[in-house]
Amino acid sequence: MKVLVPVKRVIDYNVKIRVKADGSGVETSGVKMSLNPFDENAIEEAVRLKERGDASEIVAVSIGPQAAQEVLRTALAMGVDRAILVTTDEAVEPLGIAKALKEIVLTEKPDLVILGKQAIDDDMNATGQMLAGLLGWGQGTFASEVVIENENAKVTREVDGGLETVQLKLPAIVTADLRLNEPRYASLPNIMKARKKPLTTLSIADLNVDVAPRLTVVSVAEPAARQAGAVLGSVEELIEKLRNEAKVI
Amino acid sequence: MTALVLLEIENGAVRQASRSAVAAASAFGSVDVLVLGAGAEAAARLPGVARVRHAESLSDSIAESASALLASIAAEYTHIISAATANGKNILPRLAGLLDVQPIPDVIAIQDADTFVRPIYAGNALATVRSSDNIKVLTVRGANFDPVASEGGSASIEAIALDTSATIPSVEEISVNLSTSERPELESARVVLSGGRGLKDAANFKLLDPIADKLGAAIGASRAAVDSGFAPNEMQVGQTGKIVAPELYVAVGLSGAIQHLAGMKDSRVIVAINIDPEAPIFRVADYGLVADLFTVLPELEQAL
Repeated sequence: MKVLVPVKRVIDYNVKIRVKADGSGVETSGVKMSLNPFDENAIEEAVRLKERGDASEIVAVSIGPQAAQEVLRTALAMGVDRAILVTTDEAVEPLGIAKALKEIVLTEKPDLVILGKQAIDDDMNATGQMLAGLLGWGQGTFASEVVIENENAKVTREVDGGLETVQLKLPAIVTADLRLNEPRYASLPNIMKARKKPLTTLSIADLNVDVAPRLTVVSVAEPAARQAGAVLGSVEELIEKLRNEAKVI
Repeated sequence: MTALVLLEIENGAVRQASRSAVAAASAFGSVDVLVLGAGAEAAARLPGVARVRHAESLSDSIAESASALLASIAAEYTHIISAATANGKNILPRLAGLLDVQPIPDVIAIQDADTFVRPIYAGNALATVRSSDNIKVLTVRGANFDPVASEGGSASIEAIALDTSATIPSVEEISVNLSTSERPELESARVVLSGGRGLKDAANFKLLDPIADKLGAAIGASRAAVDSGFAPNEMQVGQTGKIVAPELYVAVGLSGAIQHLAGMKDSRVIVAINIDPEAPIFRVADYGLVADLFTVLPELEQAL
């Protein structure tokens, strides 16, 4: 079984982001970038499927600037076999990404595509579902467990009230929730080996898909700041404030 | 303009988050709703709903058939909306893929029929975006729209079915394992009491129960508490868990990481109880107690 793992380069999750003064977006120059955390879960799951003997080859793909090859190298160091970088200098929306990934899927013919459930920059939570819709494949979103048996993927999903398990006929799409696994750290020898693993680069124009954005960003603003609060001395004081000042209890 | 809202029904009633979605949809003109499975009667009683479209044989937990049905009637609508719940986030982007439109998730404000505000970067920035798609597919954040009432309307109900010639990939629901709780639903509770890693173990997490009972509060948790096994996943509040905006949010023994704040910083009043005066949670708290939660919690229980 072949597994495809799409990954995204995003601002590191620990960075306190800054909105640009002109309201055109978020400052990204000189900011630490990393692999999207949910994509680490997706890679880890693919590697575990290979270690269990369910998967034979893992291919990672990223669509973005040339610099996105760093996150592909990270994926390779975690155990991915080879990588594809689709370069573009423009920001591409999930719809465009899903269309581009569809072309990659049609070429690579994976049996399973594992994505992160959302990217922590645009917080869209859409690419996996859109790709599944475009391909006409089943989808197991927000997965906390994946079991492969008899050409099926049994996926346990995190839903609002608890957990739900669905069975998908392969090929299928899975999106990883944080609870799916604990991603491994790439060891230094594996980081060295990853430099020698194959990474092919193509341009998004080669895929011949329409990735023109459908959304225009009118403005990006900081959310209203909360007023600084008061540190209180005792539980009695807290209760008094909640009753008489805030009137919430 | 006519909007279609995909409703979620729970125990025979329309979920509060869905009623918020109906309120948001009324900004676009006439509102139809779609009910999958049982519960069309409850939907018909929502004020402001023109008609209920009812597909009794489908389930809203199977995105493959739900999105195919939505796609088959989408041309009748300018906006297709659901609450930004697990089901909404599962179904609507797939629908958007089928319709070749870019979805607009987690909308917190509607400026006009094409222009929407949504949080990005874990709520640290708000993006205003204008869509050029003919059909807008959006999920809305319940906490930002006052829900319509449960009663007062009398919409007509009409049955619709999925075209049996449509090719739907094979997906089967095997099991559902929902937590049973007597407490109010986290996303709609007036008061939320949340615990973090500071509670140290699952047994201590139970210290929150009597206080939650007295406040009529739902109990939430930080990711650290969930990952440590103190609380089940569905109690997680944050960027990757539930987004809440109650009247009162009490954070106990949780530091207030960016990802947690994303899920609760729109609460009206925030109280932080933490032994570390440097904890980031104090930067958003209206009232803070720098103290050992193991002393504070029993005192709080007594005092309430």
